[in-house]
Amino acid sequence: MAADRTTAPIHRPGLAGAIHRGLDSDVFHSFKQSKVTMLAGAVTALYFLAALLAPWIAPHDPYDLANISLMDSFLPPMWMDGGDARFPLGTDDQGRGILSTIIYGARASLLVGFAAVLLAAAIGVTLGLIAGYLGGTVDAVIMRVAEVQLSFPAILIALLIDGVARGVLGGDAEGNLAFAVIIVSIGLSFWVQYARTVRGSCLVEKHKEYVQAARVIGVHPGLIVVRHVLPNVLGPVLVIATISLALAIITEATLSFLGVGVPPTQPSLGTMIRVGNDFLFSGEWWITLFPGAALAVLVLAVNLLGDWLRDALNPKLR
Amino acid sequence: MSVAERPLLQVRDLAKTFDVSPPLLNRVLQGQPQAFVQAIDNVGFDIPRGTTFSLVGESGSGKSTVARVVVGLYRPTRGSVTFDGTDLASIRGRRQMAPLRRRWAMIFQDPYASLNPRWRVRTIIAEPIRVHGLAAGAAAIRRRVGELLELVGLSAADGEKFPHEFSGGQRQRISIARALASEPEFLVCDEPTSALDVSVQAQILNLMKRLQRELGLTYLFISHDLAVVYHISDYVGVMYLGRLVEWAPAHALFTRPQHPYTRMLLEAIPDLEMSGRARTPVGGEVPSPIQPPDGCHFHPRCPFADGDRCQREVPATLDIAGGGQVRCHAVAERRMPPADTHTRGG
Repeated sequence: MAADRTTAPIHRPGLAGAIHRGLDSDVFHSFKQSKVTMLAGAVTALYFLAALLAPWIAPHDPYDLANISLMDSFLPPMWMDGGDARFPLGTDDQGRGILSTIIYGARASLLVGFAAVLLAAAIGVTLGLIAGYLGGTVDAVIMRVAEVQLSFPAILIALLIDGVARGVLGGDAEGNLAFAVIIVSIGLSFWVQYARTVRGSCLVEKHKEYVQAARVIGVHPGLIVVRHVLPNVLGPVLVIATISLALAIITEATLSFLGVGVPPTQPSLGTMIRVGNDFLFSGEWWITLFPGAALAVLVLAVNLLGDWLRDALNPKLR
Repeated sequence: MSVAERPLLQVRDLAKTFDVSPPLLNRVLQGQPQAFVQAIDNVGFDIPRGTTFSLVGESGSGKSTVARVVVGLYRPTRGSVTFDGTDLASIRGRRQMAPLRRRWAMIFQDPYASLNPRWRVRTIIAEPIRVHGLAAGAAAIRRRVGELLELVGLSAADGEKFPHEFSGGQRQRISIARALASEPEFLVCDEPTSALDVSVQAQILNLMKRLQRELGLTYLFISHDLAVVYHISDYVGVMYLGRLVEWAPAHALFTRPQHPYTRMLLEAIPDLEMSGRARTPVGGEVPSPIQPPDGCHFHPRCPFADGDRCQREVPATLDIAGGGQVRCHAVAERRMPPADTHTRGG
């Protein structure tokens, strides 16, 4: 162990103590041990910053019709013949700068990914806790539904929910509503693995003696689940969330690629790849390659973080 | 029983069966039968107020199940548990159970699993206080937690720490502090010392004896360690495959064991004076509780079993002179050699 860890842990109350404990924890130390993990963390943080600060750092706003001109369409990256310094990575078929669109597209991808993962985790953790703690018929019903859903690919479920929602909402499914629809469809197609993991951990935890102790005291079962079981099953959930964040981003890209994702006026990385795909064979490779590379790097970085987190939280691998 | 006062706990004809059947689909498709484990069967005893009643037996004898039924973790399949005159089966719902739950508490075997690893010690100990509304306000709760920590030999400042910062013995002290938080009269202790070092075991046992004297506690003590049981008990019950085969005042049971199984257990206690000499080992394995032997469960291992009655007929309960009860055909038929030949030591 590192020399700076020889001091005994100090317990300070409040936020300062929490930060101190966080910086002194094994998880943070294992983070500092791995260069790959630190790089992945830096890349992910960069994407988040770019997404948050898009209006300030993007060369121009690709959503603002007044800003874009069809005259600028199909410009190649600036280092090629015919390139323009205003568009470092070239432009697409409507004259939008690829770099600016990637920055704004990362925003859409991360928003959809995060919201979908939160929704999936909320549904999955709740159902998993209920199934695991109550057991019996409730458990059987929830887990059979989960298994039926698991036998279909997640993308098919998302397509189905998306299609039904669009059918119900009709032509209104534009703008922000389209975002909501895609978040719900991805969220509903991803809850199963949370439910299964949480149910499994819950089955282990509920037979531990601290839960039995709470039952002997007479704590309300709902409180036992929320205050005793939940904090002790959250570790694996955090790991799945990180890994499924990458999956959710890919699913969003796939749905957008298939043309049922976010509206074309607010392109995500997936929409850009689809648009560029049409021009791939006519030589305008940059329209699809750069967003594709941006997506691949983001997903890789988030996946590496998830892998590291899984190992860091597993006491047997320390 | 010659106790004038009503016993604090009365257990009568208690039975608990667990369904260990394979899932319905396997039963239908593969024709597997339903399977049940008779964890405890026809167990009955009294615990007078202020005394310690110990249950001993091998693994799988059902002693922990008795403890869990008594505190209401399991619902009995048959029989009754009466706590201070109230039949627990007559209580409906959590709300009515709460006043009774305040009056008992349980200490668990594994001090590493019985404390929530994510809670601070003061939160753990305060849980019974909060649930039963025994102190108002954060300051009062904190004061009470400090008192409890000092009562079990820790310092009030330890409340700020997390369980993983303590040793096994210290954690068991925290468990005891939590158990005492609701000012109970009755403590169920499920092998509270079996996970501890021998030197720490003695500290915890002495702490428990001191608390019993000071607070007038009644203990139901579960253990497989006969030396520990001898140290702490007023009464001892011996369980075998879910049945209470013998119970008696501790001194009588250790000096004049009646049941062949009790004699076998006492023979097997390691003893410095006996070291180097040949001893009778406890012969045979405990049979499967899913298919226990007919008649007296102990007959396949019993040196005194006859070929007929012991294999077919469940022994009835027989009062022992001087207190206690035994369930054995050989004792009833006076086929046993005198018990006092088994007196240990000198």
